[in-house]
Amino acid sequence: MAERHLVAQHGHAVAGMADASEQPSGGISLEIVGVSKRFLARGRMVEALAPVDLQVKPGELICLLGPSGCGKSTLLSIIAGLEPPSSGLIRAGGRKVQGPGIDRVLLFQEAALFPWLDVQHNVAFGLRQAGMPEAERMRMAREYLELVHLSGFEHSYVHQLSGGMRQRVALARALVLNPAVLLMDEPFGALDALTRDKLQIELETIWAATGKTILFVTHNVREAVALGDRVLVFSPRPGRIIQEFSITLPRPRSLEHHQTIDQAREILAVLHADQRPDEEANDEW
Amino acid sequence: MSGEMTTMLAEQSRLGRARVMPWIRRLIFYLILLSIWEGIVRLEIWPPYLFPGPLIVANALWEGVTQGLFLPAALVSLRRLAIGYSISLSLGLVLGLLLGRNKLIQETVGSLVLGMQALPSVCWLPLAILWFGLNERAIIFVVVLGALFSITLGVEAGVKNTPPVYLKAARNLGARGVRLYTQVLLPAALPAILNGLKQGWSFAWRSLMAGELLYYTLSLGNLLQTGRDLNDAAQVMAVMVMIVIVGVTIDQILFAPVERRVRERWGLA
Repeated sequence: MAERHLVAQHGHAVAGMADASEQPSGGISLEIVGVSKRFLARGRMVEALAPVDLQVKPGELICLLGPSGCGKSTLLSIIAGLEPPSSGLIRAGGRKVQGPGIDRVLLFQEAALFPWLDVQHNVAFGLRQAGMPEAERMRMAREYLELVHLSGFEHSYVHQLSGGMRQRVALARALVLNPAVLLMDEPFGALDALTRDKLQIELETIWAATGKTILFVTHNVREAVALGDRVLVFSPRPGRIIQEFSITLPRPRSLEHHQTIDQAREILAVLHADQRPDEEANDEW
Repeated sequence: MSGEMTTMLAEQSRLGRARVMPWIRRLIFYLILLSIWEGIVRLEIWPPYLFPGPLIVANALWEGVTQGLFLPAALVSLRRLAIGYSISLSLGLVLGLLLGRNKLIQETVGSLVLGMQALPSVCWLPLAILWFGLNERAIIFVVVLGALFSITLGVEAGVKNTPPVYLKAARNLGARGVRLYTQVLLPAALPAILNGLKQGWSFAWRSLMAGELLYYTLSLGNLLQTGRDLNDAAQVMAVMVMIVIVGVTIDQILFAPVERRVRERWGLA
């Protein structure tokens, strides 16, 4: 019910905003062509991301899996347009990415809600930047809070919310802008298992209803298998894609189902083979 | 039901007592303090014109107010403070933002601001008098320099301690240019800025009193000085009480509500 409601709202969201993407609701394609990232740290050139090539179809849900510090987050940041690549380029819906745009919204592990705003104003922040009038953006914020099951928390402050609720607010804050691409940087990484499972299911439902393109970074193998159309396994720094798995298991996928577990085991073997013994990630699946 | 009511009422009166009790304790403390003061005066160690008792001071305060001397003086002082502090506030906000955001400015101007902060602003008074003459402008100049550096450093600290992820998130959601400053950096830095503002306010107040001691027009600082000239310790003390009252009142009106809101939003204890 809530999902149908969301879809119905989308046309409205686009019409109401000055420079929202002309795309209707639903995803766009992403082309990542030879994107790499190097930076200077303590006088030494560090290669964070080896040149990466990747084609993402509209509406695809891709999980990027790999140890911490393998450049997955950097890649999302570059796709979001928050930092420039050292080489290569990104095309979103066929157009070259040259800076941040609300057709691609990034969600952070720490939710990054603004503590000086209440929940409703946090959700409405992006609409305010787009020049939507106060009354209308408050109405839309309430609707999207309902979508993420947070009605009644409009006037709460960030410190009063649990980790899971914060991620829901962050999700509403992103969805209200009707982005074609959601870039999720371990958004559920800091949550307890139960909350994480619930949010995974909700994300999948929202994705199924809206057809947005989603790039989802995680170092939880089973999470990647449960969510992804494809799982891309990254090597440690400098990050590069070492193997790609197409996951064809029927949805919705249970984390406990033996097929999920078998698939996860296969991916984990690849991760292990490429990993130095001191790396983490293997205790996390 | 009635049992519930009784416990609710009991709870309410308990909460009421919890609010009133600190005030009662405070009142008792001041009553004791005043009686000790009166007791020492009664020992007649010092002549009463040098060490008057609380009743005499209260009387001086009453007369000062009713004779129309203290309130106009306080208004003159507050006007200077308002002008000087507003200038410090505008300059401090801009300077603090620049220091917090620009490495070159921070390395150069930043060291100067730190040095200036170490210099009590009263030290500027002789120079101010040479430059402007002993007048309104000299006093406001000293007030501005009194508050400026505290405010600047507060804003700078706030901006620097703002987690970069807020800026990332804001840019990601479409915030650009000046809005990043007004809608993200400044509100994010508000707790630290508020500390700078409060410190700046108390420094401005001190600088003002120092300036007014030297400047012979009606003002709170000047009333202190005339009290000394007239050998009237009661007036001096009455004016001091007046200064404390004005300072505390302004703090309650200006800063306490903002502080409460910051604590509520950020969830600080």
